[in-house]
Order: sequence, then C-alpha cells, then structure tokens
Amino acid sequence: MTLPPFVTSRQKPFILALLGLGVVLPFAVYPVFLMKGLCFGLFAAAFNLLLGYVGLLSFGHAMFFGWSAYLTAHAAKEWGLTPELAILMGVALATALGAVVGWLAIRRQGIYFAMITLALAQLGFFVAVQAPMTHGEDGIQGVPRGHLFGLFDLADTMTMYYFVLAVFVASLLFLYRVVNSPFGQVLKAIRDNEPRAISLGYEVSRYKLIAFVLSAAFAGLAGSLKSLVFQLASLADVSWHMSGEVVLMTLLGGVGTVLGPTVGAFLVVAIQDFFAGIGSWVIIIQGVIFVVCVLLFRSGMIGVLAPWLKRRGITG
Amino acid sequence: MGDDLIVETRSLTKEFKGFVAVSDVNLRVRRHTIHALIGPNGAGKTTCFNLVTKFLTPTRGQILFNGNDITQTQPAAIARQGMVRSFQISAVFGHLSVLENVRVALQRKQGKSFQFWRSGECLNELNSRAEELIEAVGVAEYRDTPAGELSYGRKRALEIATTLALDPEMLLLDEPMAGMGTEDVRRTAELIRRVSANRTILMVEHNLSVVADLSDTITVLKLGRVLAEGSYAEISDNPEVVEAYMGSGHGQAAGGAAGHG
Repeated sequence: MTLPPFVTSRQKPFILALLGLGVVLPFAVYPVFLMKGLCFGLFAAAFNLLLGYVGLLSFGHAMFFGWSAYLTAHAAKEWGLTPELAILMGVALATALGAVVGWLAIRRQGIYFAMITLALAQLGFFVAVQAPMTHGEDGIQGVPRGHLFGLFDLADTMTMYYFVLAVFVASLLFLYRVVNSPFGQVLKAIRDNEPRAISLGYEVSRYKLIAFVLSAAFAGLAGSLKSLVFQLASLADVSWHMSGEVVLMTLLGGVGTVLGPTVGAFLVVAIQDFFAGIGSWVIIIQGVIFVVCVLLFRSGMIGVLAPWLKRRGITG
Repeated sequence: MGDDLIVETRSLTKEFKGFVAVSDVNLRVRRHTIHALIGPNGAGKTTCFNLVTKFLTPTRGQILFNGNDITQTQPAAIARQGMVRSFQISAVFGHLSVLENVRVALQRKQGKSFQFWRSGECLNELNSRAEELIEAVGVAEYRDTPAGELSYGRKRALEIATTLALDPEMLLLDEPMAGMGTEDVRRTAELIRRVSANRTILMVEHNLSVVADLSDTITVLKLGRVLAEGSYAEISDNPEVVEAYMGSGHGQAAGGAAGHG
C-alpha cells in the first residue's frame, strides 16, 4: 500500500488526470459540495498521517479542526484580516493546541491515547460552549471570505473553489512528501514495531510528537478553509461527532494510503448530502455502510484497489 | 580486571508486585567475549536483558556500560552508546522492505531523520551499505520483499543485519535460535560467531549445543539469582546446575544437543 519515495513515470499521468478532474469538475458538479469534500478530505488526510503512518488513533481531532475554524472566522469577521492571514492564525492555533495535546497524549498508547485525546477535545468543546467569542449555539455566522492577497475576490464561488483546490493539492503533496521522507521512514518503523525502533536508538516520543503537531496543523488548515467556504464556524466543528466522522472517512477510504482518506471524505459527504432529505436516518444509513465496508473490505476503498493500482505501477 | 569489563551489574534487582524476578545479580561481561545467560523458564533471563538495556527500570542496583553508570539512561540513548538488543519474538518492520529495514537503522547516523520536508531519495545513498548487510546474512534475494512476508529464520537473519547496521560495540541477543530448524540454527550460529569479532555478545539461549559451542562464559540463573558462572565445562560439572537446570535429563539434553549440531 505504501507509495514509492518519489513519483514514478507511471504515476504521472494518473496524478495529472486527477488534477484535470479537479479543475473541470466544478463545471459539472455543485462547487460547494466539492469544496466540502476537499476540506474534509484534507482533514482526513491529516488524521491519516497519525493513524496510518504512526499507528496512533486520535479521537480528538475535532479540537484542531474546530478551533482553527473559530479563530479564522473571528479574525476575518471581527478583526477584518485578509483570508490568508486569518487562515494562518487558525493554523497557528491548531499547531499550538496540537503541541500541548500531543505532548500529553503520546505518553500513552492504544485506547489510552484515544481516551486522552478525546478528553482534551471535550475540554476544548466545553470552552467553545462557554466562551463569548464563539457565540455558542449560533456559531460565528456570515464570515466574509475577503480578497486573497488583496487581489482575488473569494466571494466568487469558482475563485474560492480553485483556492481550496490549490491548498488541498499542495497540502496532499506535502503530506505525501512527509510520509516518504527520512522522517516518514522512521514513523513507519515506529508504527510497525515501536520497541525495535527504540532499540535502534530512536527517541520515538519526539517523532510521534512532531507527527502529531503536523497532523494537528493540517487538521487546522482544513477547519480554517471550511469556515471560509461555509462562512460559518460552529459547535458542530469542535464536537466529538466530528472526531468520529474523520475516523469513519479514513477507514472507509483506506487507512495508510495517500488518496484513501479523500475518497472516504467524499463518500461520507456525498451520503450526507444525498440523504439530507430524510433527516436523522442519514446516521443509520452511514452506520450500515460503515459496517458493510468494514466486513467486506477491511482495508478501505483504496485498500481494495491497491493490488490493481500496484499492477498498473501506480503505487509501489 | 576492571578495564576489560564492558558491562557490569551490581546487585541488580527487579521486583514486580510481590515477586522478585531478578535478585541481587552481579553480572560481569568481559569485552570481546560471547557471554551466555541460561537457566530454566522463569529464571529471569529476559528480565535481566530488559534491565540491562533499560527496557525495564531496576528496583535496586546499578548498571555500568564501559565504566559509565547507565542506570538512569533512556533505552534509545543506550542504543546510541553502542549497546543494541534484539528481541525474543522476531522484531522486523513488517511493512517495510528488507532493504528499508536495514536502511532505517543506517539512516540515524545520517542525521536527517527529523527532516520531514526532505525527499526520501536522500536515503538511497545508504543502499549499497544496506545491500552489503543483507547479503552478509543471506537475505539479499528478498531485497524488495516486505519483511513481514519472510520466513521465520529469514526474519531473524534480517534482524541481525539491522542490528549490525548500527555497528554496535555490544549486542544483546534474546534467544536468537528460538523456533528455528536445525539448518537455520547452524547458519545463525555461524553468523553470530562471525559478527562476534571485535564485539561483545550477551545472549539468552536455550539451545545448549549452541551455548556450548559459542560461549566463552556462561551464567546460570535460577529463580532470579546467579547459580553458577564459568565455561561450559565448568558449569556442566557443577552438581547444583545439573540438579536445577538440567535435572535428571542432563544426559538427554546434552545428547539431544549433540544430535542437533
């Protein structure tokens, strides 16, 4: 499932085709839906850096996603910052939160790690409910998208779409690079056999912490983008449902694959949109699909395709 | 005497709740020797191992490595000082290829392991050294196979190659022959002898013919205490050892072991 350390000539046309699809798709499909998919795809890809490549299941990633969304929304609306600065502030906050949560959580493994991240994220949720800045149940509404670098009017849906697409592609390439860097190699070693990595002289907690902070930062970036796309930051973004949803997306798409989480994100978003009319039944349908997926293809959508992709030389 | 000791433990003790696993062990491993730790199940061999490499924290006592007190040192730091251990269950990185397994050990000294922004291609400069190592242990033909798919014996060989990649001054091998067939045992024993040149090896092993064959010194543990120490001839003459470790089956064990080799 792991991709080779660099893009091979067989992969290039595949990647270009995906990019081309990204460019023309908004002419055929509702762009806001696509943007939602891209935001959650980025969120899931960030989450997957931890679960897929370090073997750490965080159950508190909504904290980074949601609080970054809040700060970006606040900065754009109340302080009148340009979108790129508002996003940077959100990402900076998520990074800082990631450093604190990560530092506390990486001391434990498995279910305890998940529980600590959940507990700290619930703390973040509580603060969001109480703090006046978040406007409680209402959330921060009507966030102005502003002008990117003072030049591009993001109020235009297509401009916004291409901005989101550019950030998404750049982030995914960066994450791909991380996974295939010397650092990523150590991460995979830790995931496969932590005591052995220690016995080779690696301070595994430092590697885990860096991975956690990177993951939090990109989860934050996804949240910031989302708050500009929907012009809204709300309690839903910091709630534990969101933490659960990103787990679902990643597992559906294929954990430990580069594209899997995005596929999973689009699938979940599509289910939600498609079945929106039937209200709370969506959750039941989601649950059924999840159960079926886990039973039928345990390695996720992309995981199932992996042998085929491998044969065609697209993955290593 | 002091100078040629590479590892020394003083009154090393480990207590778990209501149970003393290792009690007052004074181990003295001389430089450039193969030192075996034997004893019946539950004698505290592996616990001893975990204490010396600091995978467990001793309740009491002191551990010296090259004359330095490492009792408070972190396990990863001990590895960086040149004392590297293997594990009882074969410890390979299952999703990494055979080559990558060895390379992960080599790359630490490259000093780029925290560089998450750097392309993995910079690791390719380690390939030739990694290839030498997997060649030396006889798994070169599986270069690009995920390590998880190797047979048990080959996994153990790969593990030794990975350990050797660090060029450690001292190797601790935890039951290197466990679960191996006769052919693999012979090959691995040969490998251990080969790598022991200019190195010190401390190993836990059940296969007595291997122990007799390879070791310069043998320490016999029983119920967490040192029962005897000496060459194979010395300890196998010790009636206490015969009684405690080999029991009435001594002749059998020795016979079986001889049959093995």
